Amino acid sequence: MVFGRAATVVWKKLLHLLLVVLAVTLLTFVMTDRLPADIAAEISGRGATAADLAEVRERLGLNRPVLIRYASWLGDVCLGRLGNSLATELPVKESLRSHLPVTLELLFLSQLFALLLALPAGIITAWRAGSRLDRLTGTFAFACASLPNYVLAMGMVMLFSLKFKLLPATGYTPLSAGLAANLKGFLLPALAIALVEWVILMRVLRTDLIATLKEDYILLARCKGVPAWRILLVHALRPSLFTFITVLGMQTASLIGGAVIIETIFALPGIGRLLVNAIFAQDYPLIQGTVLLITLAYVLINFLVDLCYGLLDPRLRKVADNG
Amino acid sequence: MSGADGLLLDIRDLTVELRSPGGLIQPVDKVTFSLDRGKTLAVVGESGSGKSMLCRAILGLVPSRGSIVFNGHEAGRLSAGVMNRIRGRDIGVVLQNPLSSLNPVMTIARQIMEPMRCHLKLSKRESREKTLNLLGAVGIPQPHERMACYPHQLSGGMRQRVAIAIALACDPQLLIADEPTTALDVTVQAEILGLLSRLQRERNMALILVSHDLGVVAGVADDIAVMYAGRIVELGPTGALFARMRMRYTRALFDAIPRIDEPLQRRLPDIPGQPPDFSALPVGCRFAPRCASAGEICHREYPPLTADNADRHLFACWFPCAGTEVGR
Repeated sequence: MVFGRAATVVWKKLLHLLLVVLAVTLLTFVMTDRLPADIAAEISGRGATAADLAEVRERLGLNRPVLIRYASWLGDVCLGRLGNSLATELPVKESLRSHLPVTLELLFLSQLFALLLALPAGIITAWRAGSRLDRLTGTFAFACASLPNYVLAMGMVMLFSLKFKLLPATGYTPLSAGLAANLKGFLLPALAIALVEWVILMRVLRTDLIATLKEDYILLARCKGVPAWRILLVHALRPSLFTFITVLGMQTASLIGGAVIIETIFALPGIGRLLVNAIFAQDYPLIQGTVLLITLAYVLINFLVDLCYGLLDPRLRKVADNG
Repeated sequence: MSGADGLLLDIRDLTVELRSPGGLIQPVDKVTFSLDRGKTLAVVGESGSGKSMLCRAILGLVPSRGSIVFNGHEAGRLSAGVMNRIRGRDIGVVLQNPLSSLNPVMTIARQIMEPMRCHLKLSKRESREKTLNLLGAVGIPQPHERMACYPHQLSGGMRQRVAIAIALACDPQLLIADEPTTALDVTVQAEILGLLSRLQRERNMALILVSHDLGVVAGVADDIAVMYAGRIVELGPTGALFARMRMRYTRALFDAIPRIDEPLQRRLPDIPGQPPDFSALPVGCRFAPRCASAGEICHREYPPLTADNADRHLFACWFPCAGTEVGR
């Protein structure tokens, strides 16, 4: 019975997420159709006659109404077919498969760095709120946040790549070429993202933690003679993680397609660049496939964040009270 | 360990000084009292009289001046680590509101076991065993099933019982209960109060019971300290104090208790005015602005806390009540 209720909640959420995916892909489809570029002219090349263009349009089914084309694309997706790129004629799945690991690795490393900075800094500044350390950290954090990540990226490239020649400035080395070489290529781009993102994480954690530390149960923990580190990490941290997890989820999700600038600066073949190139080419199967992947990832991450709320706070679990 | 003479806690001139928007304030001002093993001291006063701050000062949770000797040790000389051990192991604390004083994301078993694991270094099994016994002792039915509960799954009275179990986890010598019944239903209040005094007798603990209600503490306290605006204004054995209330403030607190033998229509007498703001204390007696019998000296000089004969009944008043019996 308890499981039944929890399952209903999960199903409701999944249905909601499915609607989000449908809406986003439909909107992308229509917007791609309205782009001022002409894929038929692109494919036919220079000097193509009107008849050539019409023939290409006919072959690709571009003459059909946009909703019909969306429906047929959706039908294919349900059967597991994402189609081929119009520009390169390579399968869309193949492109996604080769670009996704780059994005995932960048995402994982940048969030890891951001967490490593934000968690300790947030905890220490909340514990010693108003101290000199708190103010110094705050100043440094706002300096980081006020710089766009590409400025940080350029700065780090100049410092670490051009001046000290420690790390490569651009380029992607696949994991198969060795972990060290692969990580070296990701270090600067991941840091460039993390150095901006840790700031918001740190600030929301600090704010929530300061509020939690004023709670009666923290006073009671101090009365119990619990050492300070235990009060912070065991008693106060968990109830203070809600905004933190939410922001972390949003930042992670936005990186899946949104790290275009960093991917471009460091010449990383990630999902963001794939999408931008596809949009410039009006390559709608590739655009649709990429957007579908990004949306699914978004939805999945938000779903995980929702599940985390329940893990963090037993009061939010949809379980019948037995008290 | 010293203190075999029965003296457990000896406090002299304890003063808490805090920075507030209105400047430096002293919510606890030169408080002096002592407490023997196994005895109960009730601290009574209106809200804002410094009762809770006094508790925190005894626990070393707010900076204070003066001397606190607990179990023969001067608390000011102890390191932070030793103070932590005294807090959790030798002094147990029950706070006012059981809805907010239990951690909402930890099971009650974990919260009761925590001080045992921290201070007594008990194994997981030993502390589980002890927790089960404690839950039984504080009157929680089916303790086995309750162990894994979160606070929100229990009623207010049950939560306060859990809070008491936490306070008793390491068999403390002193229990500080800061308005332990204020947030509870009236029927539950009596149960919790009865439980506290039973546990205190069984375990020979000393108890500091903070309340705003003279009636609540009358039946359980050995001594009563009445606080007003950060100072103790009357202190004495419960019997002597109830027999002869010397301070008009104590009298007023007493008269504010509704009685069962009076007509329902009687309007309860209230104390005109409000307790003074700590940042703007009156010169002289702090109760003088609200006192009907205040004379010229009351507005000029603070009355010393003294007794008028050799007994332990102290009061701080220039014009104490004559000492007519207050029948009850």
